Amino acid sequence: MTQFAHRQGWVLGLFVLFALLLAGTWAIQPDYGAGGVGSLVRAALPYAFAVAAQTIVVIGGGIDLSIASMMALTSVTAARLMGGASEEFAILVVPLVLLLGLLLGAINGILIVITRVPDIIVTLAMLFVWQGVALLVLESPGGGAAEWLRALVIGTLSIPGVPEAITQWIPKALILVLVCLGIVWIPLHRSRLGLSIYAIGSSSLAAFRSGVGVARTKITSYAVAGLFAGMGGLVLTLSTGIGAPIPGPYLLASVAAVVLGGVTLGGGKGGLIGPIVAVFILRLVRSDLTLLAVDPNVATIIEGTIMVIVVMLGAFIAMRSRAS
Amino acid sequence: MSQIETAATVPLGRRIRRFMSDQPLVPLIILLIVLIIILQFLRPGIVNERWIANTIKFAIPLAILAACQTMTMLTGGIDLSVSTVATMAAFITATQAVVHDPATAMLIALIPALVIGLANGIGVGIFRVHPLIMTLGTSLVGVGCLQVYQRTVIATGTNIPGSLAWLATGVTYGVPNALLLFVPLAVLVMFTLRRTGFGRLLYAVGDNEKAARLSGVQYWQVILALYVVSALLAGITGLLYLGLIKAPSLSLAEPLLLPSVAAAVIGGTSIFGGRGGYAGAIVGALILAVLTTLLTVLQMPEGARRILFGLIVLAVSAAYLRIIEDR
Repeated sequence: MTQFAHRQGWVLGLFVLFALLLAGTWAIQPDYGAGGVGSLVRAALPYAFAVAAQTIVVIGGGIDLSIASMMALTSVTAARLMGGASEEFAILVVPLVLLLGLLLGAINGILIVITRVPDIIVTLAMLFVWQGVALLVLESPGGGAAEWLRALVIGTLSIPGVPEAITQWIPKALILVLVCLGIVWIPLHRSRLGLSIYAIGSSSLAAFRSGVGVARTKITSYAVAGLFAGMGGLVLTLSTGIGAPIPGPYLLASVAAVVLGGVTLGGGKGGLIGPIVAVFILRLVRSDLTLLAVDPNVATIIEGTIMVIVVMLGAFIAMRSRAS
Repeated sequence: MSQIETAATVPLGRRIRRFMSDQPLVPLIILLIVLIIILQFLRPGIVNERWIANTIKFAIPLAILAACQTMTMLTGGIDLSVSTVATMAAFITATQAVVHDPATAMLIALIPALVIGLANGIGVGIFRVHPLIMTLGTSLVGVGCLQVYQRTVIATGTNIPGSLAWLATGVTYGVPNALLLFVPLAVLVMFTLRRTGFGRLLYAVGDNEKAARLSGVQYWQVILALYVVSALLAGITGLLYLGLIKAPSLSLAEPLLLPSVAAAVIGGTSIFGGRGGYAGAIVGALILAVLTTLLTVLQMPEGARRILFGLIVLAVSAAYLRIIEDR
């Protein structure tokens, strides 16, 4: 138990922080209820996918600056394909867009492996490339989304037999994000491949000498990140109903939440739960500040300061524990 | 005698490669010249005195920001707050120049640069936060502060000091005035990196931090000084860029951020630290400036332009890595 608490300490701390923040929210706004939670989850949805994508790459010892651009590209592709098309056609669009995401990520990974240029530079260059492709696909915000798909993101879950009072607390978006991330993450985490990703992040030389295919594993980690980015892009299109070729603020947020979530930049440590909780914390701070009627610009300052302080504290604790 | 003989028997191709890896600037300058020739070929007559002056004017702010990236990258870091610092300096100068005289306004404008530099240095040097995160975070805070500041001065209007406009856009005898600022600055940066103790410390810390520490380097002092210098340089860039663009906005220098990293990387500075120099970054900034004109001249859609920009940056860094690794 103590070992569990020690290993999961950071994540547990995040959950406690999240609970405290929720309690704080109720203190500020007593009638903050199901509606508030629903909009919080909806706002956090694209961030959650961006962070999941970043997490897997960072665990593998890399970093992907092109995530927001990949999301923009997959989002406009989905919007372009669905715009004006029939509702049934969307069934084809979803796997196509996810496949596109996987492909984009794999291209990032392959380029990193064959050029041997550092990850950060390759993905920086690919940021421009994917952004450019997104602009070619759709020059200005537009397109459309199938209504039945949009219904997956908006509203709350209704389970027959369970009273409305309970189901109204479960936004569909939350289920969507848990299912989508779980389907990919849990099997991956338990497989040899998942272990290899941790291994190459920890020490690629040691991994290589123990017979891990470093290049293959690296490409896979980027491809899975691309898949998550594709999901994020799809969700963006679904929740807004259109696609926009300009990348959102997901790059910064994803890196911040990854670090906040206890994944060390440099790789080999951490899981997916921490970063996802961190995303919700960051979004909740934002909505708390809005509830407090703080000027949104001041809110940006506070948000940034909190992020910096938390990260400094985390680094400080890590340093102390290393020293002792 | 035997040495001369072996040198003569080495095949030509090998000798060229060895020469290039010894003089990494040469292939970069060749690339720059090739790009200019392509430009001249596509649009005969475009390469004239005015075009050269113009290209240099636009390359200089990028080159100064590339100095920030080069120096921080030498220690294994990166400074992603430069664009925010530059924008803050520019915007504050433009608004403060309405009430104060230009020199005071510029001094006021450099205060936030100093503060952000100190914060970065403390975070990275003392708390050992990853530089990427630290500088992203301070940049976020900076943007927020700037937006709040904008509210308070929304009615005052802006005034761009004439001296800055002269410095950034003026041309004397066909030579851009901005070189008056840039040449001493570049010489100073190169001198610092190559000849002074501080420069050596940057390389030492980036190459092997533990070894540097064991040989008595005060890591946090070096890093703190480095990030303050980087932020101040970024602030100066902001002033110059304000004179060049003449339209202060809250995202003025934002488009320079990623190209500044790209310029330093193309210039041969390793992002893992310990290897590189400023001369390459200057050529890198010039290459990017010429590339931008080239892509504009080709009259491609914006999307295609970005794709080409990204691919070329990637290709150049990959090719450059091969050349250097030959050593």
